[in-house]
Amino acid sequence: MLGASADGPTCYSRLTNEWICGQYVTDRREELQHATLEHLEITALAVLLGILIAFPLALAARRFHPLESTILGIATGIYTIPSLALLPLMVPFTGLSKTTVVIALALYALTILVRSVLEGLRAVPEEVVESATGLGYGAGRLLFRVELPLALPVIMAGLRVATVSTVALTTIGSLVAYGGLGNLIKDGVQTNFRAELFTAAVLCVVLAVALDVIIVLAQRLLTPWTRGVRA
Amino acid sequence: MTVLSDAWTYLTTSANWTGDAGMLHLLLQQLLLTVTALAIALVIGLPIALWLGHLGRGGFLAINISNIGRAVPTFALLALFVTADFPGTGVLGPFGRAGLATLFALALFALPPLITNSYVAVREVPAEVKQAADGMGMTGLQKFLRVELPLALPLVMSGVRLALVQVWATATIAALVAGPGLGRVITDGFFRTNYGKGIAGAIVVGLVALVLELIAATLQRLADPMRGARAGRTPGGPGMSVTSPTVEPSADTVGAQ
Repeated sequence: MLGASADGPTCYSRLTNEWICGQYVTDRREELQHATLEHLEITALAVLLGILIAFPLALAARRFHPLESTILGIATGIYTIPSLALLPLMVPFTGLSKTTVVIALALYALTILVRSVLEGLRAVPEEVVESATGLGYGAGRLLFRVELPLALPVIMAGLRVATVSTVALTTIGSLVAYGGLGNLIKDGVQTNFRAELFTAAVLCVVLAVALDVIIVLAQRLLTPWTRGVRA
Repeated sequence: MTVLSDAWTYLTTSANWTGDAGMLHLLLQQLLLTVTALAIALVIGLPIALWLGHLGRGGFLAINISNIGRAVPTFALLALFVTADFPGTGVLGPFGRAGLATLFALALFALPPLITNSYVAVREVPAEVKQAADGMGMTGLQKFLRVELPLALPLVMSGVRLALVQVWATATIAALVAGPGLGRVITDGFFRTNYGKGIAGAIVVGLVALVLELIAATLQRLADPMRGARAGRTPGGPGMSVTSPTVEPSADTVGAQ
């Protein structure tokens, strides 16, 4: 039987080519770690950039009503550009780099984030805003001390969706060789290497779920008052 | 930008549109893929999500399946299907091996928005209306078919609309595993550093996405049972907007507890 002896082909050799292979994971640990870290880095940078752009946009859309439909329209428009197309579109400007992937993914995250920030702020009860104004809160203090904390649950829900889908989308970055685990998936398809393909796919999902859990926990810590109300 | 003029030249050269590798053929392939994938997702997802919404149970399940679905990269799914032995290596129907894998991956990709929206749509039919239906002696099925379903339809349609555009745009990744569709034009142009061609492909995909969005928006408006009632109302009246919002962010808070 092939693969039985210690020196013989392991479960990830061309002869057996198994989907699930512990040997592969131990042997290629460094490669997997590197890809996972790159994946994490690209996702985190993209979501952060998305937040940084989404916040002022959402605030502007709220303040100046004519801008609202334009901003939401453009954000939705970006979403209809296929991820596969956005990368090539950007290459002439930013080259085959990590920057290209981060900016492209940030644009997608932006769509979800702008919407949720707007919806979150809208969900703040009118009475609360009025009483805060009555207490002498200025616009800035009102926003950061009253409105944003109350909007946080909705914003965080948007952040979860944005983060999870960014993890999934990062794999497309393999088109310009910066796709984190997507690079392994792509290589797995091209060389018909099942263990590599499967392990990378599973790691993607694990990463997404882990980030999702972290955001939920962060939300619990940041909005302690929501727990008492629900219980 | 020379790239943009290259793209324009590519788009306006009729030879690029005709023939087996022409954009028209690829466009139809992708359209067929999108519609079939959406149809599969509708047949599987809608009945379950709608009925769960009617029962008012399984919300946790519905929302969480959606969340996990979003975490699975479509590219990884596609890669797994293409590499797997199932369903054989031969050319299958108009889709081909890679096409069939894309079809499966896209159908799964379409499920999350469909399930979330449909579940929430039925769930959020006002309680008074449901009670009124009960009071009129309607059975569960009658209540579902005559009251909940019509009222939920606009929001269900907004889920279908979301899924349609997303599936169409995502269908381009079939090209990463040598599958059919306009993604071919994009990857081809890209790998041969013919960016004009790649951008031309992206423009066509984007334009078709807009057309699909418009068609879906029209269908959504037609599906609204309150359409007539609303038209008679004074403009600027309170509440009720014509286009229902997609449930994306707020729906997720349902499962966040």
